[in-house]
Amino acid sequence: MIASSVTTPRTRSGLNRSARIIGFAVGAIVVYVVLLWLALQVVDGFAPERALPVAIQQTINALSIGAIYALIALGYTMVYGIIELINFAHGDVFMIGAFLAVVLTGGIFGQTGGVKDVPFLALLLLVALLFVMPLTGGLNVFIERVFYRPFRHASRLAPLITAVGVSFILQNLALLVAGSGDRAAPQIFPLDWQIPFGGAEISVLSIFIFALALVLMLLLQTFVNRTRLGRAMRATAQDQQAASLMGVDLNQTIALTFLLGGALAGAAGVVWGLRFGFVRQDLGFNAGLKAFTSAVLGGIGNISGAVLGGFIIGFIENFASSLGFSRWSEFLVFMVLTLVLIFRPTGILGQQLGDRA
Amino acid sequence: MSAALGRLRMDGGWRDRLVRASEAHRSITILVVMSLVSSLLVVFPNFNVLQGPSGWYDAFANAGVFVLLAMGLNVVVGLAGLLDLGYAAFFAIGSYAYAYSNSPFSGLDLPFIPMLVIGAGIAALFGIALGAPTLRLRGDYLAIMTLGFGEIVPIVFLNLDKWTEGTNGIGGLYRPEALPILGEFTPISPFPYMIVSLIVVTLAMILLYRLHDSRIGRAWMAIREDELAAAANGINTVVTKLLAFALGATTSGFAGVFNASKLTIVSPDQFLFTVSFTVLAMVIIGGMGNIWGVAAGAFIVYMIQAVFLKQINTVVENLGLPAFDLGPIHVDLLQINFLNYQFLLYGFALVLMMLYRPEGLFPSRERRAELHADEEAGEGAEVVGAMGGVPGENVE
Amino acid sequence: MTDVLHAVNVTKRFGGLLAVHDVEFTIPEGAIVSLIGPNGAGKTTFFNIIAGIYDPTAGEIRFRGKRMIARSRRAWLEPLLWVVPALAVALTTVLVGEAGASDIVIALGIFFTVIALMIVMVVGVARPPAYADFLTRFGVFRSARPNDMVVAGLGRTFQNIRLFANMSALDNVLVGMHSRLKATWLDALLSTPRDRREEAEARARAMQLLDLAGLRKRAHETAKNLPYGDQRRLEIARALASNPVLLLLDEPTAGMNPRETADLTKLIGRLRTELGLTILLIEHDMRVVMGISDRVTVLDHGERIAEGTPDEVRRDPKVIEAYLGTPAA
Repeated sequence: MIASSVTTPRTRSGLNRSARIIGFAVGAIVVYVVLLWLALQVVDGFAPERALPVAIQQTINALSIGAIYALIALGYTMVYGIIELINFAHGDVFMIGAFLAVVLTGGIFGQTGGVKDVPFLALLLLVALLFVMPLTGGLNVFIERVFYRPFRHASRLAPLITAVGVSFILQNLALLVAGSGDRAAPQIFPLDWQIPFGGAEISVLSIFIFALALVLMLLLQTFVNRTRLGRAMRATAQDQQAASLMGVDLNQTIALTFLLGGALAGAAGVVWGLRFGFVRQDLGFNAGLKAFTSAVLGGIGNISGAVLGGFIIGFIENFASSLGFSRWSEFLVFMVLTLVLIFRPTGILGQQLGDRA
Repeated sequence: MSAALGRLRMDGGWRDRLVRASEAHRSITILVVMSLVSSLLVVFPNFNVLQGPSGWYDAFANAGVFVLLAMGLNVVVGLAGLLDLGYAAFFAIGSYAYAYSNSPFSGLDLPFIPMLVIGAGIAALFGIALGAPTLRLRGDYLAIMTLGFGEIVPIVFLNLDKWTEGTNGIGGLYRPEALPILGEFTPISPFPYMIVSLIVVTLAMILLYRLHDSRIGRAWMAIREDELAAAANGINTVVTKLLAFALGATTSGFAGVFNASKLTIVSPDQFLFTVSFTVLAMVIIGGMGNIWGVAAGAFIVYMIQAVFLKQINTVVENLGLPAFDLGPIHVDLLQINFLNYQFLLYGFALVLMMLYRPEGLFPSRERRAELHADEEAGEGAEVVGAMGGVPGENVE
Repeated sequence: MTDVLHAVNVTKRFGGLLAVHDVEFTIPEGAIVSLIGPNGAGKTTFFNIIAGIYDPTAGEIRFRGKRMIARSRRAWLEPLLWVVPALAVALTTVLVGEAGASDIVIALGIFFTVIALMIVMVVGVARPPAYADFLTRFGVFRSARPNDMVVAGLGRTFQNIRLFANMSALDNVLVGMHSRLKATWLDALLSTPRDRREEAEARARAMQLLDLAGLRKRAHETAKNLPYGDQRRLEIARALASNPVLLLLDEPTAGMNPRETADLTKLIGRLRTELGLTILLIEHDMRVVMGISDRVTVLDHGERIAEGTPDEVRRDPKVIEAYLGTPAA
């Protein structure tokens, strides 16, 4: 009885890893389309023949929202992985990124609406990303340096409270500068670029956002897995003490983690404005909560988990809004968080360890 | 009787003797001090400084609400070391409980004093419902769960407009019945509210100090110091934490009922994250873990916000700075209501406190020692699970 | 002599590392048993399994004849059990509501759903013994937690002292007494006579324990300000406060000078003779081990390589090899 419970290593399937991931992703998307299609049949006053195209259209939108959450969630999960701190200010770094994008495209370039000139649009987007990402990354590093580093060896409560304080400061600084209420964000990516599809229209912007996020995530994955600095990050996440004994510069590695997290949040901020057309000072709070839920759902500390969690949250939220319950989406996300924490506190891809001690 | 009794040095002196006597007869001391404070608060407004008596009494009554909230949150954050970021949710639940029991909306008119207890009890139930699944997990998950809960509760009250009247909230709540001696609760004379608020604060303080000095209070502090060691000494950490959490929720619900009966309207926007944050800032500023310190901190912070921050607008108007533009952003100081930026102030106060004076303005003895421990000697609290022995020990 | 503790084929694996492998181990009542072995032999891991901090990968711990710790089984079922009764009530409410019941019935249904959910969740969190027995009926087994082991009669100290550093010595001992005190939060709020009596008694007994540990004069000092040797003894006093049957001491003389070590050895001997305790000792100092142990078990690389009286173990070639390395090495 006892000897049999010792686990044997599972035999590996012949498929390689990326093929399996792509297969899983495609499968999940198809399942979602079918689910939504079935659900839409039930909604009152909805033409059944439009259900499938609309389901596909909504799925693309869900992917773009999920991509935004995933980009933010990556910052949460990397920081938690490395210093075990819930960086409450992270959502607000994203919000600052969204504001910076508005300042650049609207303020400096004077754009107000869609830019049909493709090369110019590409240039604008590139400039926006190159402008916002280093700034939010730098802001995140600054926050770590000034507010979190003094607490590196202190109790867990002190840095957590400080993080909440920093979040509050950022939010209120934005309030002070920009005032309360929605501020229009120039949607330089033309919204009327739509691919007509059997009674529904698929937004090119959504596809763009999804693709952009995918590229950034692949870059991150490559960086973390293939480079010396990435290796240092993984080592530090595993065991800070051992890593520093092996010659990893802790301060540099932690700063790098914050830089990457902040930059990704900045990219999310840029596309947020394109997608939703407004920015507001409390943006970071709501998006942050959802992104954090994504990170926990996927297994906090796990990079692939954050991405998976982000897309799941995107799907859940999209499902609610497609069926006309969008004002309950926060509630739904919170319920998901609760259930995950009850049944699988380490998340979907998280390791099951040490929850008893 | 008091746990702190012994911690005094044995060097005598009138001050030590006074402290020792006060700690041995805690409840009596609180009664004496609070009646002194009360008489001061009753007399002072009559000098008409800055505003008339009824303005002061009103401010004091509201301050009582925040003192109560801060003392309750202190049990959770200061004593048990759990970060609760959704404290306003329980405040909301208490408030709505009163709204349902005393309004034309529900058609009920239940007596005030029992409602204080019932509202607090309902908040406690919600506290348990939120705490039970989460408190088994690591501490930081509680922070995010409470943050989410604090966010969700106003949303639910907003969305269920059929039962809550949505954004407008439930208005026209009935005021408490007249009490003997104090007389009628009216909008013009907030004096009875202030007295009730003082009584409730005093009572809460006595009860919280009793818990603090008891077996339960010791267990809270033990968990805060070292959760694993606390478990290894027979403390059921989850139940003990849950008790702290539920007690915090109870206090918050209590304050909610009182506040609703005073405002006579409840609406979702009264219970946003800013309230939770303000109370947290009060606890930190006052000195986590120290009950009277937190109460004093909350009182001071509230008075600064309610009385002195109001004056800033007048000052800025007199400065007359011109408006200017930053890209698409238009800045005009005259258009800004500085009362809105009190939260920026709280944010900075909180962060600076944590960085430079984590024990707060009025620290408790244990807390001061703890928070400055790292500077004195890096106590390496190693993971127990680490294998092997002490390096370089004698092995035959 | 009956066994206080019986470890049955305990194995613990951390990822790829086999920290404890198939260890069979008993502690007879009233004995002082020592567990020795080179660094990294798995002693502390084994100790932490007994104390309820880790679940073993395989095997089980029987404490005073009852199975207390083993790999948890069907743990996923437990949260389901919490939710199912509440869902049942909720579903009934919905059905009754659809059937056209009055608002009051529906309100009552919601109320009972919530209450049912709360009760099961709180019981699930508190985990009283009756609840554990209930769970076994569904084939759910969850190991005793550290605090359950204390209630069952186990006291322990830590290898690297883990006192409540900012509480006084007296308060530390009083915390140790926690599981034996009965005052509830309500007693404390109302300051009932029972609460006051119990508190006074607890204080008196805590002072006795401090006396035993030679710390009476330092009762009111903050724990972290005590000298090292005193901290070690305070930790023992705190462990004794729960009236344990079995006391686990994890390297109690680590970092002590010879005089302190000798004093502590004497104290451990007194614990057995005066308090009738059974003691499990992890120790590096062979003089201590050989001087007071009835029986010694040697672990190396997570496996038990020898067991017997101190003399037998001292002469065992395998033990000599484990400590000195093979002649070739």
